[in-house]
Amino acid sequence: MLGPNRKFTEGLFKVTTHRDRTLTVFSVIILLAFLFYADRNFDSYTVRILENIAIFITLAVSYNLINGVMGQFSLAPNAFLAIGAYTSAIFTLSQEEKLRSFIIEPMLWPLSVISFPFAISLLLAGIATALVAVMMATPVFRVRGDYLAIVTLGFGEVIQVLANNFLSITNGSLGLKGLYPYTNLWWAWGVCIFTIFCTVRLINSSYGRAMKAVREDEIAAEAMGINALRIKTFAFAFSAFFQGVAGGLLAHLITTISPSLFTFMFTFNLLIIVVIGGLGSTTGSVIAAVLITWGNEALRVFEEPSNFFGFQYEGIPGMRMILFSVILILVMLFARTGIMGRSEFTWEGLLQWFRRKIPALKV
Amino acid sequence: MALLLDVRNLSVLFGGVLALNKLSLEIAGGEIIGLIGPNGAGKTTAFNVVTGRIKRSSGSIFFCGRDITGWSPSRIARNGIARTFQNIKLYEDLSVIENVMIAAHSSISYSFLEAILGLGRFSRDESRIRSKAFELLELMNLKELAAERASSLPYGSQRKLEIARALALEPKLLLLDEPVAGMNPTETREFADFILRLRDSLSIGIGLIDHDMSFVMGVCDRIRVIDHGVPIAWGIPTQVRNNKDVIAAYLGTDFGVVTGDHAAN
Ligand SMILES: Nc1ncnc2c1ncn2[C@@H]1O[C@H](COP(=O)(O)OP(=O)(O)OP(=O)(O)O)[C@@H](O)[C@H]1O
Ligand SMILES: [Mg+2]
Repeated sequence: MLGPNRKFTEGLFKVTTHRDRTLTVFSVIILLAFLFYADRNFDSYTVRILENIAIFITLAVSYNLINGVMGQFSLAPNAFLAIGAYTSAIFTLSQEEKLRSFIIEPMLWPLSVISFPFAISLLLAGIATALVAVMMATPVFRVRGDYLAIVTLGFGEVIQVLANNFLSITNGSLGLKGLYPYTNLWWAWGVCIFTIFCTVRLINSSYGRAMKAVREDEIAAEAMGINALRIKTFAFAFSAFFQGVAGGLLAHLITTISPSLFTFMFTFNLLIIVVIGGLGSTTGSVIAAVLITWGNEALRVFEEPSNFFGFQYEGIPGMRMILFSVILILVMLFARTGIMGRSEFTWEGLLQWFRRKIPALKV
Repeated sequence: MALLLDVRNLSVLFGGVLALNKLSLEIAGGEIIGLIGPNGAGKTTAFNVVTGRIKRSSGSIFFCGRDITGWSPSRIARNGIARTFQNIKLYEDLSVIENVMIAAHSSISYSFLEAILGLGRFSRDESRIRSKAFELLELMNLKELAAERASSLPYGSQRKLEIARALALEPKLLLLDEPVAGMNPTETREFADFILRLRDSLSIGIGLIDHDMSFVMGVCDRIRVIDHGVPIAWGIPTQVRNNKDVIAAYLGTDFGVVTGDHAAN
């Protein structure tokens, strides 16, 4: 939609017209109708993929705020995901379930007797994760670039160690089992749309501009009155809130969580998504999250025995990963700035594209 | 006019090198003060200390009667000191208008929640910031370039954009580090007129560094000369121009150099 020779207008005249708003509302309604249809007609495997896609969009969009929009190389998402997952799980588990599964050490009172509805647990998961992010920000953002990556990577490891050892809160390596599968299409996509809405609105405000200024030139940002540590802390907490909520959704999708679930691989996948989408582009993060989450499943056919145009194919386990790597390498070779670069989807851009392709169309 | 900046006995040590040695400098509102000296004299260092980027070793800095020594750069900026950089520092990948709008960040009254919900204060502040930014671009003759990427601008326009951005902070004091570097004589003359008009219309204080002597002599009310970090002269342009120490510093005819040359021969 936004070709390289198009006049550069990022952040300019971003006045949402009545037409744009109507089109947005209309497309959200179409999405909801599709979900309604999917909910009734698709098999549970396909529905599961759709739920995963929504959760990964949520994670990618909020991760992109830190790594893309603000340009701070953080590797913290798996830690935030873990905090959110554990917080929400601790609050939704019933008293009996807690009594039954905490066999090494009984659960800490009053956590052992508190239970909340799913919505409140998700909210608490987001708040708890954001609070941890605020506490982490001051020490973590003392460093930049590769050093920041290393420090946040360490943070993820620390969270795993804590989850393994705070037996009376997390049940250690046994994890939390028997969570009620609250997460359905509506929860997953509801949170996803909410996250995109909030993040895009934030980016298009003065707060978003300040984040971009920090990315472009931190010294010049400070010289223009922007308190870099403060805006970094805020963005970190904002992003952590949604990642914590996503962690809660994930926990109630797979219904069993343990410390070993939240390894660096999660962060790594998200990093691939935001880089392929185009660092700094929310649109890119959404597209890449869909492509990669769905592609990961679609490529499974190469691991199963099948018949290709008359050739008998045995299916090679792990083939999926090889193909995936090849695609990654190709993207990085031929589209270095990812699918979208730093451009964003706009209705105007889409309509212009249509006008060019189909001159007869008068839109 | 009231005194804006009052720098007293400011010294800066880089390792063992005294980059600035007991510099004193005063700038009042509506006044244009020049800071000159040979390469490496410590001029940029002086601006860096005043704006909080570099810690001073001794001495103090007062701004509008308050001791701002040791304040963070962003706090100093929010209190009314804006600057430009010798090696241009724009937000290169952002549009020209965004570059200017960013400097108004400290003036917003809306919270992030209001931004997300798009409530009253958000739209009001945004349209205020936007039209203010367009005004400043118009002032600097950059309005047509508002949508361009900052890094795509020619060098001269980038310098102007830096000034527009600095003005968006609505500063009481503006520090310009070599604003006419790279400009031809005509552009320099136009810029000199512009600076004088700016001072008169906004009655802000301006401190500027430059190597173009006719420009500096033409616009400055007073000039401070430093050499190797040491203040060697202070006064109105004609006084400074005829000062022996200043001539010596610029022509390098001090004894060290002369005897050095003899030894080499
Ligand atoms: N951050 C720093 N660390 C160490 N030394 C520095 C630093 N910044 C400047 N210097 C040194 O301090 C001295 C003064 O430098 P400064 O940049 O202030 O000179 P200047 O007067 O602005 O020169 P020019 O006219 O070339 O811009 C130089 O010798 C420089 O090498
Ligand atoms: Mg300099």
